Amino acid sequence: MEIRKVQGASLSEIDTDPLKLLRKMVEIRKFEEKIEELFLVKGTLIGPAHLYLGQEAVAVGICSTLSKEDYVITSYRCHGHAIAKGVSLKKLMAEMFGKKTGTCKGLGGSMHAAISLEDGLVYATAIVGSQIPIAAGLALANKYLNKKIATVCFFGDGATNTGAFHEGINLASLWKLPVLYVCENNLYAEFTHITRSLSSRSVAERASSYNMKVIVVDGNDVVSVYKAAKEAVTEIRNLNGPIFIEARTYRMKGHGVYDQAKYRDPKEVEEWLKRDPIKIFKKRLIEEGIMDEKDYERIENEVTKEIEEAVNFAFESELLNFEELYKLVYVE
Amino acid sequence: MREITFVEALREALREEMKRNDKIIILGEDVGKYGGVYRVTQGLIEEFGENRVLDTPISEIAIVGAAIGAALGGLKPIAEIMYMDFAMIAMDQIVTQAAKMRFMSGGQLKVPIVIRTQYSLGRAHGSQHSQFYPSWFVNSPGIKVVLPSTPYDAKGLLKSSIRDDNPVLFIECGVLYRSKGNVPEEEYTIPLGKAEIKKRGEDLTIIAVSRCVQEALKAANKLEEKGINAEVIDLRTLVPLDVETIVNSVKKTGKVVIASDDVKYCSIASEIAMTVMENAFDYLDGPIVRVTSPPLPVPFSPELEKAYMVSDVKILNKIEEAFGYKLS
Ligand SMILES: Cc1ncc(C[n+]2csc(CCOP(=O)(O)OP(=O)(O)O)c2C)c(N)n1
Ligand SMILES: [Mg+2]
Repeated sequence: MEIRKVQGASLSEIDTDPLKLLRKMVEIRKFEEKIEELFLVKGTLIGPAHLYLGQEAVAVGICSTLSKEDYVITSYRCHGHAIAKGVSLKKLMAEMFGKKTGTCKGLGGSMHAAISLEDGLVYATAIVGSQIPIAAGLALANKYLNKKIATVCFFGDGATNTGAFHEGINLASLWKLPVLYVCENNLYAEFTHITRSLSSRSVAERASSYNMKVIVVDGNDVVSVYKAAKEAVTEIRNLNGPIFIEARTYRMKGHGVYDQAKYRDPKEVEEWLKRDPIKIFKKRLIEEGIMDEKDYERIENEVTKEIEEAVNFAFESELLNFEELYKLVYVE
Repeated sequence: MREITFVEALREALREEMKRNDKIIILGEDVGKYGGVYRVTQGLIEEFGENRVLDTPISEIAIVGAAIGAALGGLKPIAEIMYMDFAMIAMDQIVTQAAKMRFMSGGQLKVPIVIRTQYSLGRAHGSQHSQFYPSWFVNSPGIKVVLPSTPYDAKGLLKSSIRDDNPVLFIECGVLYRSKGNVPEEEYTIPLGKAEIKKRGEDLTIIAVSRCVQEALKAANKLEEKGINAEVIDLRTLVPLDVETIVNSVKKTGKVVIASDDVKYCSIASEIAMTVMENAFDYLDGPIVRVTSPPLPVPFSPELEKAYMVSDVKILNKIEEAFGYKLS
């Protein structure tokens, strides 16, 4: 099947308030910067955490086309998807702290924080690729029940090398399941560049061999992502599918919060940092007269305040009582 | 009462439950058009249609994964994994996904799936089609593990498994598929977590699961001829485990033999033995005896396979050795 490219979309091509997109991206950016600080500077948080810095345009572009009812299922790199889908920053932060007010009562932590049924955040898994067949099942249920909602499944470039990817995608395409697969190609799986792991010429080409619609989108341009997602989600909601989006983007920092990412070519990093999705979107909004520096500062200040409140909330929240754990293994 | 086979009993359970609940779907390899490799799902696609009985590619990860997703999306999927050996391929989905979801989501998610599978020990299927590893799953909180030994139990337990809101691994035994037994026409279910005393006795207790229940019963009949009255307990479900029935029996008999087809080291038998130690130590008047498979892959050669397997004779020999009975 033919691979479509979406890039350089203009603001007139999208039907949403660009300032809302910007605000969400800033929320993710500030949230992740705060998490980084809580790990590295303050030593408050421990355990694995995978930041979404640099990929904000993907989560925001895609999730801004969704409603609460639509399903999102993702990986451990999930904070961005959770925020973009509309989870409360307080609940999300409390989950990082392992508190009972967190999305998963503190039993999931960073890697599973994007499980919040009331927000349509169905699942976040720490096993690479495992969400891909599960997403097919969600879509199967929607098709069977004639439930006109979308299922969106996020995963990384590295996940396309797992058996779960191939089995899941094949099944979804074979059964024409209404699911939007979004591969966030950030060029790295942990510490290894994609050229050292992918035999196909591209992720998109690999996906297209499964006989489904494939779109390659500039993952650092929120407008293009939104445009591509809007069309795809509309089709999925009509219970057609699957559709595959490869969003080409970049992880601004290391794989996990402790990773200094020294293994990357400095030139590569420099080139991509020039394309920081927030920086380019901000510049564009100012150039097109949609906002000015002052407006941007106001957004930043508001978000910073909200995140401080979230941190305080998390600090002050209580832990789940150990005895309660026994009640959470089985449905009684 | 009428007699039907194990396979027919399973099929009836599936059919009746599918009629009762239109959210039930079945998915697996060859389960639809062909009717199932062991004919368990025969006729279901004709009766319930292609939307409810789905032939899948050879994709164990996707079979279980899609079942999990469909369950999260509001359906009641029953996945068939043709051989227990192939469940190993879907281990991540069963153990690391389905079993953990409820817990690590803080109780938000439930995953009401049934995974039906069977082990073919005793059918000359060789090392890669005969494996029986219940302890792998028992060691994973969040999943229930059910092992029927008769057509009656197969039907009643499968119905209860389907009505349960948790992931259930339903382990069938291939050599029992053609066995026949009494199964009433009327509706019944068997609760998960209730062992059954298949034969009452006072002199010793034989605890078994799946195929070994039949071997235990044969052994018990031979013991009876010698005037020894064995009680035979079929655990029926390993999770939840009916500790009460085990302990009550041991209190009465003081002697315990445990028979299971898995390899002895870290086996189900080991766990039951320790459960007895912890709960009824003071009542024991002899060693606890395990009759299990030896620490070998299953040999193909039918005669060697027979020598490998737990049998009534092996159970009797162990009893003779441990308790000083003169049986021969
Ligand atoms: C099945 C499995 N193998 C290995 C790992 C260890 N691991 C965690 S993240 C990761 C890299 C995944 O890369 P990618 O899919 O590109 O996602 P990204 O982290 O870039 O978002 C690896 C190998 C794992 N969690 N699961
Ligand atoms: Mg990657």
